[in-house]
Amino acid sequence: MKNLLYAIQQNKRLQAIIVGLYIVVTFFSLYLAQKSVVAFLLLLSSLLLLYFTTFSNRVKWLIGGVVMVVLLPLAASQGEAYQSYMEVATLVGIYIAMALGLNIVVGMAGLLDLGFVAFFALGAYTYGIFATGQANNFMPFGHYPLSGESFWVFIFIGCFVAALFGILLGVPVLRVKGDYLAIVTLGFGEIIRIIFNNLDKPVNITNGAMGLASVQPPRLFGIDFMYPNQFYYIVLVILVTVIFAVRRLEFSKIGRAWKAVRENEIAAQAMGIHLVKTKLMAFAVGASFSGMMGVVFAAKQTFVDPTSFTLLESITILVMVILGGMGSVPGVILGAALVTILNLQVLTELTNWLNQLSLNGVINVPDALSPAKMQRFIFGVILILFALYRPQGLLPAKNPVFDEKDLKDADKLINAGVQKEATQHVHLDS
Amino acid sequence: MINEVLHTLPQVLIDGLTLGAVYAIVALGYTMVYGILELINFAHGEIFMTGAFVGTAILLTFAGFGWLASMPALVALVLVLVVTSVVTGLLGMGIERVAYRPLRNAPKLITLITAIGVSFLLQDIVRFIAELKNGNYILTGPSLFSGQIGIKVSSISSIFNDASVKSSFFIVLIVAVIMMVTLDFFVNKTKWGMAMRAVAQDRETAALMSVNVNKVIALTFFIGSALGGATGVLFAIQYGTIDPYIGFILGLKAFTAAVLGGIGNIRGAMFGGILIGIMEMFAAANLPVISHGVLGAEYKDVFAFAILIIVLIFKPEGLFGKVSVEKV
Repeated sequence: MKNLLYAIQQNKRLQAIIVGLYIVVTFFSLYLAQKSVVAFLLLLSSLLLLYFTTFSNRVKWLIGGVVMVVLLPLAASQGEAYQSYMEVATLVGIYIAMALGLNIVVGMAGLLDLGFVAFFALGAYTYGIFATGQANNFMPFGHYPLSGESFWVFIFIGCFVAALFGILLGVPVLRVKGDYLAIVTLGFGEIIRIIFNNLDKPVNITNGAMGLASVQPPRLFGIDFMYPNQFYYIVLVILVTVIFAVRRLEFSKIGRAWKAVRENEIAAQAMGIHLVKTKLMAFAVGASFSGMMGVVFAAKQTFVDPTSFTLLESITILVMVILGGMGSVPGVILGAALVTILNLQVLTELTNWLNQLSLNGVINVPDALSPAKMQRFIFGVILILFALYRPQGLLPAKNPVFDEKDLKDADKLINAGVQKEATQHVHLDS
Repeated sequence: MINEVLHTLPQVLIDGLTLGAVYAIVALGYTMVYGILELINFAHGEIFMTGAFVGTAILLTFAGFGWLASMPALVALVLVLVVTSVVTGLLGMGIERVAYRPLRNAPKLITLITAIGVSFLLQDIVRFIAELKNGNYILTGPSLFSGQIGIKVSSISSIFNDASVKSSFFIVLIVAVIMMVTLDFFVNKTKWGMAMRAVAQDRETAALMSVNVNKVIALTFFIGSALGGATGVLFAIQYGTIDPYIGFILGLKAFTAAVLGGIGNIRGAMFGGILIGIMEMFAAANLPVISHGVLGAEYKDVFAFAILIIVLIFKPEGLFGKVSVEKV
């Protein structure tokens, strides 16, 4: 087995054949068997397979892009389940972006944020209020709802509002001990929900527990984005941008500063890293991803109410990060996809199946045991087991490995006065 | 406006004192564990909740057998308190043994994450059992002390309205005071208490002085959780209805109380708890009056949280804590 894996690892042509075959087979199985959720998931997991190949990054992105942009929608589009598949894929994308945001806060900077969904709520309400008639109640000028074209601007506004609140919350808390952050953010998440729930008087801003209904769909060149298959592409574009940004941030100066703060605050400080500034930066960047996705979420659901933003949501996102691997971008993407699919597909399918069994009188499962209600249990178990036995997660984070010889050669070149740029001292070991 | 506030003041004080006593004892659990391990034990609010459920379950069983009517209410109360505190105490010890001890040298972030996990697990297990046995996870226990006593405050001064007190108020207050005084005595005057303080001060040195650190930490968890569980019973008796999610927001407020009093400081936590309880009740009763109906009573939770932020900004060491300097 080991030899076989090794042989495959050495042979790029073999890898290409395996990945190609896999994609073709799963593509056709989904194309032909529309109702098979398994085929859909298998096609999605071709990306995971792709991750483990030794192709160059560009080739991986290219193949992944083809699968996501063309093959997946095409294969799913043949039956009635099309929109529900796209719905799942869209939500997976939204959660991946949020988990990547939380990954910056928890994974890279080592700050435990338990109220992350608050920023999501801020983004969602920012768009929700102005894209419904709600804003007429308190805005002295302008005419609401704003048209769907404003959606594209609101993506950035949501980003900004969430980052602003992240900084406002971070300033008092990050000055003191890191442990308090967990409990303060926990409180913040609840408080934001309570405030949104009660902000219908004296001025009706959020419409309270009733929520905001019929949010304007995004519009571009006269086309309204109303269906999940259209949102899928919006989310895909944003997601690629987010992944790109996270990758660049991770290996930038600020990214290294985050990791230094995570490992040892005092040592980092001694190295000249401004603690509060670095932490605030992590907090704001993480929050902004969440706020951005909140805007998309509001537009996609066309309905915003406080019950979507409970503590359970925050913990769900935390579970994604812990499951995938703190600080590891591919890991978090995997974790977010797994948890979202577990939540949306597996648990509901299982519940339906058990209900069917109970109806047929095969076994009698009490209502209390229904898997859809067991989220807290499952998440609790995942958190404990991973913290105890595999704190690095499914796909552990990798730091760049410096090749000593390359560095020395580069030194020699520079010493010899050769102006030629020394290429790539750093190999990303991925 | 002032008149209105003063009218309700006696009732607010009584309700606040009851709630404050509950916060104070739960805060003790947070502060003891934090003092010794520097860990925010998120599961503590859930232990409180478990205690409430265990206590109610015992009372319901008694009522089912018809024993409750035949024994004096006080005896039933003492029995339930003792059994519940032993159960939750052991639960707390078990959690420490399984989830926290293997991670004692791990980064603090990891331990916090396990704590969150334990808290979620407990919530769902309790929900699960309650729903399985009862069909509904919201439980209402039998009322032990339901007598109402009117206090004629208006005879002192006509500004005040009369207040009414459930007789369970006295029970809650007396039991809480007994627990707090006993704990204070235990920590400050006994040998085990001294060991606890030694471990809190410096774990390594305490170990060198032949203090069994593991045992002391287990004992701390036992005492904290037993107190938390017993408070859960008091809560269930005073307020009647419980559900598996009461522990979370209450734990948050109790933690605020612990921070307010200076985390790691036992007397501070008691004081902070009472203070938070009274302030919260005051806010609940008077926020609509003071703000002319702009802010509803729902904002009382926001109020407790605002206190936490304000304390962290202006006096992060709390009212009675001492400033700690981190040494390398």
